[in-house]
Amino acid sequence: MAPEAKRQAAPHGVGGLSYDARKRAWPPEINILIALIVITVIFELLNRYNLGWLWNDDPFQRGGSFLFNVRENVDTIFNQQRLNIILLQVAVIGIIAIGVTQVIILGGIDLSSGSIVGATAMITMSFAQTAVVNGNPNPTAVLGDWAMDLPAVVPIVVGLACGLVAGLINGLLIAYTRIPPFIATLGVMVSARGVAKWWSNGQPVSFPTEGYAALAGGDILGGLSFGLLSWPGQNPVVVFAALALLFHLVMRHTIYGTRSYAIGSNEAAARMSGINVARHKTLVYTIAGMLAAVAAILVTSKNLTAQAGMGVMYELDAIAMAVIGGVSLAGGRGSIIGTVLGAMIFSVIISGFTSIRLDAFYQEMVKGAIIVGAVVLDQWRQSRSAR
Amino acid sequence: MSDVILQTIGLTKHYGGVHALTDANFTLHRGEHVAIMGDNGAGKSTFVRQITGVEQPTAGQILFDGQEMAFSGPLDAREKGIEAVFQTLALADDLDVPSNLFLGRELYRLRLGPFSILDRRAMRAATLAALQKTGVKIPDLSNTIRNMSGGQRQCVAIARTAAFKSKMVIMDEPTAALGVQETAQVENIIRTLKAAGEPVILISHNMRQVFDLVDRIVVFRRGRIVANLAKAATTGEDVVAYITGAKTGAEYEGAA
Repeated sequence: MAPEAKRQAAPHGVGGLSYDARKRAWPPEINILIALIVITVIFELLNRYNLGWLWNDDPFQRGGSFLFNVRENVDTIFNQQRLNIILLQVAVIGIIAIGVTQVIILGGIDLSSGSIVGATAMITMSFAQTAVVNGNPNPTAVLGDWAMDLPAVVPIVVGLACGLVAGLINGLLIAYTRIPPFIATLGVMVSARGVAKWWSNGQPVSFPTEGYAALAGGDILGGLSFGLLSWPGQNPVVVFAALALLFHLVMRHTIYGTRSYAIGSNEAAARMSGINVARHKTLVYTIAGMLAAVAAILVTSKNLTAQAGMGVMYELDAIAMAVIGGVSLAGGRGSIIGTVLGAMIFSVIISGFTSIRLDAFYQEMVKGAIIVGAVVLDQWRQSRSAR
Repeated sequence: MSDVILQTIGLTKHYGGVHALTDANFTLHRGEHVAIMGDNGAGKSTFVRQITGVEQPTAGQILFDGQEMAFSGPLDAREKGIEAVFQTLALADDLDVPSNLFLGRELYRLRLGPFSILDRRAMRAATLAALQKTGVKIPDLSNTIRNMSGGQRQCVAIARTAAFKSKMVIMDEPTAALGVQETAQVENIIRTLKAAGEPVILISHNMRQVFDLVDRIVVFRRGRIVANLAKAATTGEDVVAYITGAKTGAEYEGAA
């Protein structure tokens, strides 16, 4: 008998329970990464072998590729354009998903993030406008002259403050009135959308200053060319990557992270241990609100306009990303890395459907099925590993 | 230093009109193991909730280590040195062993408010020491509680009390949900605590266990203490008589 096998068969602790070391050596994130790779390969094959005729009378070009560059006049390995689109899609909703992940780990849910994006977009943009457009006064001006041509830091601070207030309302409602998070954030979702429409009587707010437009339109890494990250307008992706890394570290290595997991897995135990559960919940929801505000700032800066309907369904996409990434809706389980991978899967699927010219209707149908499938798969995996 | 570690004088708790605990006078000496027995609803758990700071008593005094206490919450009681293992396991299933032991009072390397950075190495070392002290064997500390057996979970919960400089340990039915072998393991831990001179209050329905482990038995009935029996001077039948109300201790006549 090999020493390794002997060790595993030996009973440990009480009740003669033997312990299988292999069970733990396989973090769930690996499964999600494998899923991402499999899905990418599937789309690559569909593109390569021109399987579009299966569902489309108008087959796309033979010899296409999902991931790689096939145009001879461009000297890159990857299909830069497609990857940029995937990464940009991931970035904006992914930033929201970072906050939603923390909320779900805490055992809650946040339905308000999409509406917070809408309200924050409108308010922020009205502090980022230029006074003069092509020699005429700005036709979409919301506030007076005092709010025109302000440095970009003003709308950023205003935007983050909006997110903070909205998140704080969520947090205080949930922590101190003890109503279910679903109801509290549903209320904020509806009200915040109302704020977005009321702010400018439903009119779009446009024409930001150059400084503000450069936030998302610029490229912080500039000429720094390491493959993927060398295109103009990469800032949202950089911000997303930085925030994902930051909150990964926060969830793993700080008291904030441990207590979030603790509250999500056993709230009564957390309370008995002397953790101030209400205060911690308020903090988590506030951070989630501020992350939604960051997304709002980037999306308005990118689109150069804000509309009351911005961010509709973002909350559900963000929740879907987290769920695909292995975050358990029961709370206590999941990780930021998982959500980042989930966001990538989400975006690859949408982009992949477009690449094989599947109609948008089918895309949505399949998207829904994938979300449900991810939860079913997660539960199956858990019930298998738990006992 | 007085010989008494915990004393309650006239401890009373009312939930609205329900008198869950009335006029409880209880004394625990240093190094002593005392069992609290009684039927369901007799006030045992209510009593424990008062002395662990989970609830604040309606009336009465709690003297701990010679000083009068008014606990603001469970963490306050813990900091003063009262550790409790509750009937419903106070463990977070998705955290590993050290994180559970230090839940609510994590060690940190860098203090940044709620974002203080955890000192995992120190917590792990302290966990190993606590497990050794209680004689608990856990194969892998970084395993989550979810993946452990009921006995291992209970052992972690008990080891939790040893990880800190506790002056007294309270166990609320620690073996209620355990199998034979696991119960034996937990009882061994309690004996280890006895040898270490740690005072323990054990709440249990298991007569065999009580007579095996403790020095003294206190019986609760209908929210009152009705008997205070040295183990050597009593029998199981006697204790049952007190629990069911067939008998009431001489000094408690007229109480219930």
